[in-house]
Amino acid sequence: MKYALFLGCTIPVRAQNYELSARQVAKRLDIDFLDVPEFSCCGFPVKSSNHETSLVIAARNLAIAAEKKEKICTLCNACTSVLTEANKELTKNKELREKINKELAKIDKEFKPGVEIKHFSRILYEDIGLDTIREKIKTDLSTLSMSIHYGCHYLRPTELYDGFDDAENPSTVENLVAVTGAAVVDYKNKLECCGGAILGVEEKIALSMAKQKLDQVTANKVDALVTICPFCSIMYEDNQKKIETTFNTSYNLPVLYYPQVLGLALGVDVKQLGFRLNKIRPTAVLEKLGVTL
Amino acid sequence: MIDSKKLDPNFKHEVATEMGGINISRCFACGTCTAGCPVREIDEKYNPRKIIHMVLLGMRERVLKSDFIWLCSTCYTCYDRCPQGVQLTSIMTALKNIAAREGYIHPSFKEQNRLVSTFGRLYEVEDFDNKKREKLGLPPIQKTFEDLTKLMQDMLPKEVMK
Repeated sequence: MKYALFLGCTIPVRAQNYELSARQVAKRLDIDFLDVPEFSCCGFPVKSSNHETSLVIAARNLAIAAEKKEKICTLCNACTSVLTEANKELTKNKELREKINKELAKIDKEFKPGVEIKHFSRILYEDIGLDTIREKIKTDLSTLSMSIHYGCHYLRPTELYDGFDDAENPSTVENLVAVTGAAVVDYKNKLECCGGAILGVEEKIALSMAKQKLDQVTANKVDALVTICPFCSIMYEDNQKKIETTFNTSYNLPVLYYPQVLGLALGVDVKQLGFRLNKIRPTAVLEKLGVTL
Repeated sequence: MIDSKKLDPNFKHEVATEMGGINISRCFACGTCTAGCPVREIDEKYNPRKIIHMVLLGMRERVLKSDFIWLCSTCYTCYDRCPQGVQLTSIMTALKNIAAREGYIHPSFKEQNRLVSTFGRLYEVEDFDNKKREKLGLPPIQKTFEDLTKLMQDMLPKEVMK
């Protein structure tokens, strides 16, 4: 199974632990990643200012994937939704497609319908499947308990994802964690947004949004919060200290990317899963498994 | 106070012609959007039902000059739950797009446009970053995207770049 790996903006610069662990997990599960240096930003950051320009940015990336005849694997939720939306819109709307292709023609690119885009977690759930993953588990994680934050764009807007999972009552990532043996702990505001998209607009609101989630997750004394999007992790992990200072509270909650968790269960060498790059050191998590960094 | 002389009855039609704005007049003000909004839960100055109502009333200038239209976190909860299919998240995008064209863009989005058009990403990738990637066993990433820069400079209105 082969996919062109779409890294986006944040992962290759700020979340290499996500990238490292995803690559390791892919290797163990026979997913072949093709690196495409020409892939740029997905277009999400520009959409608020100019929707058409963001469509052109997305369409340029889709055109590159089409030239290589590759499917796209995303790691970021926002990339997943923006690329999928552009793909659907431009496939459906001929007039818009012609307009966008007129722009792309200036750089000798052309959007053609037919590229498949999937988030890595969806690939693991749908294409690899829980049974195959279960067979390859080497380390049982049942000493650990975790809560899941899905992040909005993994499943919303619902119309983009053709019935995959249920945005109001999601279960795919919980099942993916449960298959490692770890206990999945539900919590009150699981569906709520991390606030990442408005961090630069009004920091206090964004931090308050993240705080609410950290409050609920830590109330259950879980070992870690698991995420599948770099935007969300920036809110819960990179900004955790700032939230603690701003609101005079304390969490010290490790935030792990799902492939780091799965990597541990698949028996990948702990040093290859990027835990040293986690801002909240998951030392206690690893100690429970009897491993040290 | 609403000054009726300052209202623009065409505003809703203008919004409806923007991408994703078509269903704005379907709103029957039930408030499902506001009830499920995670931003509104924190701060009442962001209120999607009120924003839609202001657009329908024609409060063009107040809406476009406001700070609150930039506070949508694009979680799409209202978009999915709206019983009338108003597609609120897309309408917020449409409002931000019009505001940006008229020079009211929020500075943080202006900066994001500058970064993406200059570096092809939200971050400037320096030699240091690629050295770090090499040490981690990761392939280097491209530092600039000339073709993308050209496209964005052609397309983005001047008001949103400088």
